[in-house]
Amino acid sequence: MERIPVLRVGDILVVSIQVDLHDHLAESLQEDIGQAIQKYGAEGVLIDISGLDVVDSFIGATLGRMAQMAALLGARLVIAGMRPAVAITLVELGVDLPDIGTAMNVDRGLAMLREHVTATR
Amino acid sequence: MSLEVIELRTVHDVARLRDRMRRWTKELGFGNVRATKVITAASELGRNTVTHGAGGRVELEPAEGPNGRVGIRMRFIDEGPGIADLAAAMTDGFTTATGLGLGLSGSRRLLGGLEVKSRPGATVIEGTAWKK
Repeated sequence: MERIPVLRVGDILVVSIQVDLHDHLAESLQEDIGQAIQKYGAEGVLIDISGLDVVDSFIGATLGRMAQMAALLGARLVIAGMRPAVAITLVELGVDLPDIGTAMNVDRGLAMLREHVTATR
Repeated sequence: MSLEVIELRTVHDVARLRDRMRRWTKELGFGNVRATKVITAASELGRNTVTHGAGGRVELEPAEGPNGRVGIRMRFIDEGPGIADLAAAMTDGFTTATGLGLGLSGSRRLLGGLEVKSRPGATVIEGTAWKK
C-alpha cells in the first residue's frame, strides 16, 4: 500500500508530501506520525507541503487534526512551504486552522521547531 | 475538450476528478491561482457527491460566456437522499463528520456561483469554472 515516509532528523520528524494526498493516504499518514512521535519521543513535526498543488477542506481539516493530535502527544507540528495559490484558495474556501504552526519553507520550519525543542528542555 | 463523464463512487474517483481538472485547466490555459481554485472547488463538490449523495457522476464540458469568456461547466449528479435543508447546506460550517462543512458554501465562493437542484433521488449541482 502507498505510504508517505516519516523521517527522523534529530529530535524532529520530517514529512514531505509529494503526491496528491487522497483521503486514505491522509489517514494513514496521521497514524504513522502519531506512532513515530511516541516511538522516537519527537517534540517537533515538520510537514513540507510545497509539493501539494491542491489542498481542499478535507485535507485542510486533516492537517488541523494532525496538529491537534501532535499537541496532545506533547509535540509541536508545523507545516511548511504552502504555495501562494493554495493559501489564497484556503482563505476563500473559509478554512481556518488556528492550532497549526506555519513556516515559509522547510529551513524556517526546522529553525522554529529546533527553537521549540531547545526551549522545552 | 469535449463532454467528459467521470463516475464518482469512492474518494479515489475524487482524486481522479482532480487529475482531470488539472488537465482541463491546463488545456484551456487557466492561470495558476484560478486553476488551483477551480480544482479545489471540483474536489469539494466531488467529495460531496461521494459522501452525501451516495455516489454519482460529474459531467465536464466546455462553457462559453459573453465576450468569448471561456470556462468549464461542471454538473454533479447523484441519486442519493437529496439535500433536505438547502439553505442550511449552503451555510459555512454545515455538518460532515470529517470535513469542515465548507463543501457547498466554499465551492460556491470559489466558483462565484453554484446552482443546486435537489429532491430525494435526484440532486444536480452545477457550477462553471471560468478562466477569468
